[in-house]
Amino acid sequence: MLEACGLSDLSELYAHLPASALLDRALDIPKGLSEYEITDYFTAQAAKNADGYASFLGAGVYSHYRPVLCDVVVSRGEFLTSYTPYQAEIAQGTLTTIFEFQTMVCQLTGMEVANASMYDGSTAVPEAAMMALRITGRSSFLAAANLHPEYRQVLDTAARNAQLHVESFGYDPKTGRIDLADLEAKLNGGIACVILQSPNFFGVVEDVKAAADLAHKHGALLVMVFSEAVSLGLLEPPRDADIVVGEFQSFAISPSYGGPFAGIIATREKYIRQIPGRLAGETKDADGNRAFCLTLSTREQHIRREKATSNICTNQALIALMATVFMSVYGKQGLRELAQQNLAKAHYLAAGLNTRFNGPFFNEFVVTPKSRTPEEANAALLEKKIIGGLPLGKFFPELKDSLLLCATEMSKRADMDVVKEVLL
Amino acid sequence: MPKPLGKIRPHFTQNEQLLFELSRPGKTGYQLPELDVPDVDAAEALGAGNVREAIEDFPEVSEVEVIRHFTRLSTWNYGIDLGLFPLGSCTMKYNPRINEAVARIAGLAWAHPYQPESLSQGAMEIMAVLEHHLGDIFGMDEVTLQPAAGAHGEYTGIMLVRAYLESQGNPRKKVLCPDSAHGTNPATAMIAGYQVETLKSNGQGMIDPAVLAAAVNEDVAAMMITNPNTVGVFEENIVQIAGILHAKGAQVYMDGANLNALVGVARPGDFGVDVLHSNLHKTFSTPHGGGGPGAGAVGVKSHLAPFLPGPRLKKTDGQWTWNHDLPQSIGRVRAYYGNFGVLVRALAYIMAHGGPGLKTATIDALLNANYIRARLKDYFQIAYDAPSMHECVFEDTKQEKQGARTGDIAKRLIDYGFHPYTVSFPMIVHGAMMIEPTETEPKAELDAFCDAMIAIAKEVEAEPEMVKHAPHLTRTSRVDEVSAARKPVVRWKP
Repeated sequence: MLEACGLSDLSELYAHLPASALLDRALDIPKGLSEYEITDYFTAQAAKNADGYASFLGAGVYSHYRPVLCDVVVSRGEFLTSYTPYQAEIAQGTLTTIFEFQTMVCQLTGMEVANASMYDGSTAVPEAAMMALRITGRSSFLAAANLHPEYRQVLDTAARNAQLHVESFGYDPKTGRIDLADLEAKLNGGIACVILQSPNFFGVVEDVKAAADLAHKHGALLVMVFSEAVSLGLLEPPRDADIVVGEFQSFAISPSYGGPFAGIIATREKYIRQIPGRLAGETKDADGNRAFCLTLSTREQHIRREKATSNICTNQALIALMATVFMSVYGKQGLRELAQQNLAKAHYLAAGLNTRFNGPFFNEFVVTPKSRTPEEANAALLEKKIIGGLPLGKFFPELKDSLLLCATEMSKRADMDVVKEVLL
Repeated sequence: MPKPLGKIRPHFTQNEQLLFELSRPGKTGYQLPELDVPDVDAAEALGAGNVREAIEDFPEVSEVEVIRHFTRLSTWNYGIDLGLFPLGSCTMKYNPRINEAVARIAGLAWAHPYQPESLSQGAMEIMAVLEHHLGDIFGMDEVTLQPAAGAHGEYTGIMLVRAYLESQGNPRKKVLCPDSAHGTNPATAMIAGYQVETLKSNGQGMIDPAVLAAAVNEDVAAMMITNPNTVGVFEENIVQIAGILHAKGAQVYMDGANLNALVGVARPGDFGVDVLHSNLHKTFSTPHGGGGPGAGAVGVKSHLAPFLPGPRLKKTDGQWTWNHDLPQSIGRVRAYYGNFGVLVRALAYIMAHGGPGLKTATIDALLNANYIRARLKDYFQIAYDAPSMHECVFEDTKQEKQGARTGDIAKRLIDYGFHPYTVSFPMIVHGAMMIEPTETEPKAELDAFCDAMIAIAKEVEAEPEMVKHAPHLTRTSRVDEVSAARKPVVRWKP
């Protein structure tokens, strides 16, 4: 091969690089390992993590059962090792599944169009805010104080760099729901959108319609955020929202220490040209057969460059496929039954505990233990191989005596009974 | 033109319907255990108005229909597992399956980001080791693994530049991009609050130091440079270019999409780069998965480190902790810590190769690209004479005379069993054909590809119309993208 290239030594392949750019030593990385040694290393690291613990953590990342078919499908090399489906003729598999994903996102959220995925729920929030800015021509945002705090931090980072303003509106200390009066007081003609989460960070289901009515009265859009997708199996979809963003981690995506997950963004048809990211659309091939392709790419960075709706390129395609398989396996009946089981388990867990808020909740709630601090309670649970809830003081100083607990279909009654005893 | 051959469409496996069309009322494919707690009335618990009706038109299919559906669809896809995937700037190398296996080890896959740090030491150790290795490969002082993809890494990097310049008293107004840049570069600069100024490349597809010198002033925050650039050529004046930018207080951002050409051979940190991102799903072999997920690690020189997104890993008394006390940080760019599952795969790749193996891989990638260039140069016009690194870029000037363009040749390549190269990018090349084979291709595969390209070059001379209507042998013939965009249908409706 060297000869065909007209070269005599491999080093000639990079001999034209400036001498000062060349690395004059070996990399400080040990020599290569065999498959067995690599497995051994990662198994050892995994053993240093919590293994064999029951967990009642939620807060945006949920432990749901993963049907076996999900990994079977995403492990197929034709999906796993393919690229973004720009060459539609040999990417109909990926394109068809994206089209199905987009459709199911619409069916679940009550929206009219959805894209092929965002990085995750947190990064989808500023994308929705920027969409609202383009639609309304306004540049301030109102975000609920009970939005996932890390989603809010991501929004703040983006807003600060774009020199945009984000203000909080409060929550009702009794119900845990947003304070509609505070929202109304803070709305004005400069607000592009109101951002709220339901179920919110405390697990409480919001009155999305009331918030949407207030936002619309002032010409602002309503952005509805969700982090627990299973809730959509049972909860009324946010039909009054203008943009819905959320996290599909609950749909067969393992917690994996926080990623990779799959975010979604859905909206009304009239805003389709403002949506960021990839969209698959239906068309025909030269023989008149149904076919799919990426479409409306004039919104995107590779065509529009600095005038694009977003800089997003790589998304979470394979993770979205995993979620698509999950939705197909559970289907219309299964997703509802799954949601119903989550509701039942969480209400069993909450019964008798000192819950902080009285608003309706799905599978998460805030509890204030009467006899111990959250940290003491969690320490007591760890001794019983149970990871308790998330102490809230880190994000909400006013709730430093409380923790956020989550139960899913995977929570066992015996473990819940132990938690109830410790948190009383 | 009618299809001379092609798969038989009436066969079931070629005509799989959409899930919604396969759906029949009452069919299910799921199993749930019996509830071990009392059931609750949803309307009572949530309020009747908060409980939805059945999800309209949501699929109702059996388990075997689910697996057949997705398996049939998968056969309509092309992947690296089937053959060469020579997309330039995309680095479609083999995705080792050991990486998939280790990412699924229960203690890693089921780790919750909020579980106690004392029970997350393995995950944190993995991230720390990866930060170290990437820092050494980049020649950078610190690395963040938080960004979710390449463009997200670019965004993080430009925000770091802004924060640093702000701390110096002036965030400045403009970011420079060469006209050969990836579209994400100008799009990123824009959303990070900068104006974009595009610089014209010279006759060799490189940044012209004189053009740059004329453009740089106190308003310029940074220049975003891809190196090797998008024509597969190393910016030979890079040290001088960095000097011109630094002299005016501007930062050098490197788009590391093409880092596969440099690992173990040259380090961005040694040729003047202040901040770069690397697409772990390119250089470090994590699967593209039909468009994602990726990971966009960002490396920085020490002057930018105080501004990195938080939290940061910190070792205290032999234990890893997450440090949130970062007063100058730009803040979070993503919830939690990054695409951890992708990071596990990237580290497994680095460990499998080791330092010496990574360098060998780089050299093999250069050799494969140069071999293709040598074999095709008599049939296609090379875009620039400068030496190629890990990819070679041709233009379609010879074929255009017969009316066949880069896109047509790409579609014909599908008939020969290959995924096309990158079509019509970079835009500074007339009808670009950008070919990146990567190091993982055997010579036989490269030869088969070159033979196919040469055969197509001859077909363009002999029967250009046939090439212009390719592909002819695929299940799906040429897809009408224009109609799709004219009246977008982006969801199924009954």
